[in-house]
Amino acid sequence: MSLIAFLGAVELGFIYGLVALGIFISFRILNFPDLTVDGSFPLGAAVSASLIVAGFNPWVATLIAISAGCLAGFITAILNVKLKILHLLASILTMIALYSINLRIMGRPNVALITEETILTPFADLANTLGIASYMLMPVVFLLLAIIIKLALDWFLNSETGLAMRATGANPKMARANGIYDSRMILLGMAMANGLVALAGAVFAQSQGSADVTMGVGVIVIGLASVIGGEALLNPRSIMRATLACIVGSIVYWLAVSLALNADFIGLEAQDLKLVTAVLVAMALVLPGSRFAKMFRKKAGS
Amino acid sequence: MIVCENLKITFNKGTVMETRALSGLNLTVPKGQFVCVIGSNGSGKSTMQNAIAGELPLDEGRILVDDVDITTWPAPKRTGLVARVFQDPLAGSCENLTIQENMSLAWSRGRKRGLGRAVTKETHALFRDKLSRLGLGLENRLEDLMGLLSGGQRQAVSLLMASLQPSSVLMLDEHTSALDPRIAAFVMDLTRDIVQENNLTAIMVTHSMRQALDYGDRTVMLHGGRVVLDVAGEDRKGLDVPDLIRMFEKAHGEELSDDSLLLS
Repeated sequence: MSLIAFLGAVELGFIYGLVALGIFISFRILNFPDLTVDGSFPLGAAVSASLIVAGFNPWVATLIAISAGCLAGFITAILNVKLKILHLLASILTMIALYSINLRIMGRPNVALITEETILTPFADLANTLGIASYMLMPVVFLLLAIIIKLALDWFLNSETGLAMRATGANPKMARANGIYDSRMILLGMAMANGLVALAGAVFAQSQGSADVTMGVGVIVIGLASVIGGEALLNPRSIMRATLACIVGSIVYWLAVSLALNADFIGLEAQDLKLVTAVLVAMALVLPGSRFAKMFRKKAGS
Repeated sequence: MIVCENLKITFNKGTVMETRALSGLNLTVPKGQFVCVIGSNGSGKSTMQNAIAGELPLDEGRILVDDVDITTWPAPKRTGLVARVFQDPLAGSCENLTIQENMSLAWSRGRKRGLGRAVTKETHALFRDKLSRLGLGLENRLEDLMGLLSGGQRQAVSLLMASLQPSSVLMLDEHTSALDPRIAAFVMDLTRDIVQENNLTAIMVTHSMRQALDYGDRTVMLHGGRVVLDVAGEDRKGLDVPDLIRMFEKAHGEELSDDSLLLS
């Protein structure tokens, strides 16, 4: 693997680490299998790219993209909590609706950002000033972003409200008996999860130079692979380790993908990405001790 | 003080499965009284507690706690007034949270939850202090996951959790029935002590006639979703299980046939 490929994988690892953190909130904290992310990831990309092209400040555009993601998660939660639609189905409905919405937002299947000023432009300029290639600096920028988000999430999940959210996912009856409005916690958590995923989508679009309506396909599987893989590697017992595991899992996932696609002797090419992803997730699921194994393999064996 | 007025709940209304779980239940518990509620399966004991907690909507009737009508309040709002301990030791706490996190959840009951740290130095010390009275050594295991504790330990902690914040009514739903006899006795004694110390108004549902006579100030028997027997004070002193059965049969004119009730 070349240095560029390696650093590219690390960069993707940090960006998708945000997706993994979002999926950690929905799947692990709230116990809510949420497929909305396949729509909220391109939603974040579509909103930020369209606004940037329309002349908005890229930071404002990114903030609005996060809000759009929050709204998407909120709608999935409303469908589930208020309208009593099964959580998995509620998230699929939002996901499929978002496909059309994303096309509407962009007005076409993709928006190019190559020549636009993005939130990453100052860092590219900084790299120029320092006399290093921007692909060397970008992983550091995304590392910092991932760490800031991780620490903020750690702090939240150890707060009174965050603890209430964790109790809601673990034991809703107990949560209610202790005065926690469980449906509000689901609304809040789902908004947070999808806001994070939309942020990842916005950053991804600005880093890759375009937003595309199909870029969300399989995001959920990639995110799950990261969460499961990270858990298998770090065996987290505390929130701080669990969120770290999400990011580590994401890096390992993208390095593994990069390795698989770059190893000529295997003969895999870029179009095999989703296949490799599915195989990696399947492998992670059968790993002994995987906590996700219990969630997704209940029916096998019993 | 709690007043239940003419509570009516019917399950599966209008179907062949229609069941009248509560059919005009009236119960008033004055402040500081410890009531034991007994009844066979399907008598409405658990339905009554779920109705008071707000987990089940009433078809008719109203519930007042300290003269406040809480009939339309959602369950989480009621917890500022009503604390609960469940029958299932696993139901009252979160197994994948630590002991102190569980206690912190209960510590915030009835208060607004903000973004401050859930477990602080002060609450850590407080929880440690509260746990030490159990004599189970749990005060040194605050950071252990709740799931590592035995059922009896979890139930004892649940009881402590329910009494961390003041409440107008404490509801205990057969909270010792899933425990082995020795642990059950320990949890019952703890219950009595906590209720006395805090001068709590308590409603304890139990399956055991013995327990219903040995603990508390008053024994109420439910049958068919109504109160059929209510003894307290002098009448209750010296009462034995056979007396209770006789009184029930006299009051209701039918034989008590629930074996589990007689044997326990």
